[in-house]
Amino acid sequence: MSIITIERKVLEKNDEIARQNRAAFLQQGLFVFNMVSSPGAGKTSILERTLEHLQGALRVGVIEGDVQTDFDARRVARYQVPVVQIITNGGCHLEARLVQDALASLDLAALDMLIIENVGNLVCPANYDLGEALKVVVLSTTEGDDKPLKYPGMFLNASVLIINKTDLIPYVNCDPAALRRHALQINPSLIIFETSCTTLAGIPEWCDWLKSKVSRRP
Amino acid sequence: MHELGIAQGILEIIQQYVPEEQAGSIRSVKVRVGQLSGVVADSLDFSFGAIIADTPWQAARLNLEHIPAVSHCSGCAVNFEIEDLAFCCPACGSTEIRLISGTELQVVEIEVDDGG
Repeated sequence: MSIITIERKVLEKNDEIARQNRAAFLQQGLFVFNMVSSPGAGKTSILERTLEHLQGALRVGVIEGDVQTDFDARRVARYQVPVVQIITNGGCHLEARLVQDALASLDLAALDMLIIENVGNLVCPANYDLGEALKVVVLSTTEGDDKPLKYPGMFLNASVLIINKTDLIPYVNCDPAALRRHALQINPSLIIFETSCTTLAGIPEWCDWLKSKVSRRP
Repeated sequence: MHELGIAQGILEIIQQYVPEEQAGSIRSVKVRVGQLSGVVADSLDFSFGAIIADTPWQAARLNLEHIPAVSHCSGCAVNFEIEDLAFCCPACGSTEIRLISGTELQVVEIEVDDGG
């Protein structure tokens, strides 16, 4: 018997393309984040409110990821921003290669910020680096305050948590303080925002933070 | 997670080191799987078995090395295993901790029967 030493990461192909993406973003001084959540948490709505609020202040591009349809890209396009729709045809997460292909349709030099809206899924996107600077996980109040404990991988990998649909708190069984506590138990350095796309509560604060991330680029 | 895709990725790496005509000589493939890698061991085993069945690679078996989630506490400079999703130091309660293992997903080595 003999041993062939390998020591290679299984996801090395994805990681290599993610590195290439990251280098391309760095070269253009572009701030890029990856929005993740379970389906229906409100990623696209938050994106719409964000684009509305940042109009004129930042040049934003969007990459949309969905299993089927270009509904989300059409919603985003109404805000006069460059947007590319990736349709995975069954894939439940975006991978670096899909993002790299989408970049060919965007003029990165004309952007300050690129938002990648991932496929709705609280599990798989946690493990696939796309080349982003950070992950923003969206959790809505209708999903229950125990979700960070049930999906620790995603909350561990994210840098920001947006607690969305705060206007529904009086009608659902969700304790926002417990949600925060559970999220911070998994990831004590999570930055947390609370938003409502209906009342616009929290949107200015979230956008101010985004502006600070863009102005801090090298 | 994507145990089928992960299994395919493992096979593609193996195929870069062992030509197909020698596929039958593979006895085991050691794969390091971190506790926080998102991979379920049983599913990976099953998926790998499924993709190599009735192929030249069918003799290969996965040998999974499980790596626990271990963090380092900056407060008291100790390493500790993460238990029950408690991401804080059990000794001093500090949350100033850094994960040092547990996210691995690597093909480590292949054991081949070279007749020796």
